Amino acid sequence: LTYITFFEFAKIVIHLHPAPENKEPGPYQHSKYSYIELSFKEHGQIEFYRRLTEEMTQKRWENTPVSQPIPTGPKAGRTRAVGIVGIERKLEEKRKETDKNISEAFEDLSKLMEKAKEMVELSKSIANKIKDKQGDITEDETIRFKSYLLSMGIANPVTRETHGSGTQYHIQLAKQLGDMLQAPLEERGGMMALTEVYCLVNRARGMELLSPEDLVNACKMFESLKLPLRLRVFDSGVMVVQLQSHSEEEMIASALDNVSDKGSLTAEEFAKLLGLSVLLAKERLLLAEKMGHLCRDDSVEGLRFYPNLF
Amino acid sequence: MSFEWPWQYNFPPFFTLQPNVDTRQKQLAAWCSLVLSYCRHQKLYTLDVLEAQESPVFNNKKIERKLSVEAIQVVFEELRKKGNLEWLDKNKSRCLIMWRRPEEWGKLIYQWVSKNGMVNSVFTLYELANGDDTEKEEFHGLEDWMLLRSLQALQAEGKAEIITMDDGKGVKFF
Repeated sequence: LTYITFFEFAKIVIHLHPAPENKEPGPYQHSKYSYIELSFKEHGQIEFYRRLTEEMTQKRWENTPVSQPIPTGPKAGRTRAVGIVGIERKLEEKRKETDKNISEAFEDLSKLMEKAKEMVELSKSIANKIKDKQGDITEDETIRFKSYLLSMGIANPVTRETHGSGTQYHIQLAKQLGDMLQAPLEERGGMMALTEVYCLVNRARGMELLSPEDLVNACKMFESLKLPLRLRVFDSGVMVVQLQSHSEEEMIASALDNVSDKGSLTAEEFAKLLGLSVLLAKERLLLAEKMGHLCRDDSVEGLRFYPNLF
Repeated sequence: MSFEWPWQYNFPPFFTLQPNVDTRQKQLAAWCSLVLSYCRHQKLYTLDVLEAQESPVFNNKKIERKLSVEAIQVVFEELRKKGNLEWLDKNKSRCLIMWRRPEEWGKLIYQWVSKNGMVNSVFTLYELANGDDTEKEEFHGLEDWMLLRSLQALQAEGKAEIITMDDGKGVKFF
């Protein structure tokens, strides 16, 4: 700043030295002018001038301490962080640090994932060996091996169609379910969707909840354990648990009666009539249709079932 | 005489294509016979698929049910398989409805011809379908294309021969 001149109506012109070498970049890199002109329309120029000269004399900005956000090696030319540029820089540094923290945290996880992958590969290869050399490994060992795999969370790798997995856990669980579900099943007309069973059982257990897989595997064992329950899968894929004493033929015959009585029924109406869930009611109606006892009326009003008069 | 609708016509499931195979067969059989008897009653010989959707046959306003376009196509295909329907275009938008097959018409015509001792005579097609003599016969008013086919059927049986004359076609019965 060399001199200040006044022109016409209150203007302050600040002439600038060329920038010193180690100065940080400011808002503008280049300008064709070497001065800044401040224009005061009304007033205020006197006060402004006074304060400006004060500051220029004091050079307070040179005294502000500068904080170094990262204790990494000193960067050439980095002495202070001032103004907008300083803020931007701080944000950038913060972002880099967050990034680094996250990568460090996940490093362990990716190591774990690698190991797990190796384990799965290993178990697969062993399972294949078992399959190939069927005679060389005894039944006992196979069962033991399978149960080890299961305890690690890997389902039966050799065959998926066998009843459950044969472990003690599922056997015990099946027996427990057999006891537990008798009463609820009877209340609900002898049949419950597997999802209903899942909710019921886990709500009763409170702790040590069952996984869906465990439940299905246990249910698959009902028949082989000679328990009075059955796991049944409908065409649509819906799975239900039903009492062995429950006869679907009787159910269908009574469904036909119900529908004939009322002329026609929707799944919702039928569910209400019988106190069944809509899902099971629909399955029963569909089964009756499949057997030719009912026919359907599909319109904008919805799906209704009629006695098959054709 | 007003048309008598079959009981199925007022049964809502009749207008939904049944998924159960056995039920569907019975349903389609009922549809075929309904379409044919309706066309016979109205003396309809051709049908347009888009118009059909709005016709009372496929659209029962009283019970607010109508057969979907897909289902109509299925019914038509069934009729075609039975020999009662022929598509007039590749897009399957118009068809001929033969509520009586050409062979059946041919038989009726021949019966009339022989009953009246007119075997060995020659008739023009116009005389057969629109002549005063045939007024009481069922085949009176038969459309040309249908008449021709019926006579062709008789020709195949050796009972007639189609002749081309100056101003049209004629037929001689044997």
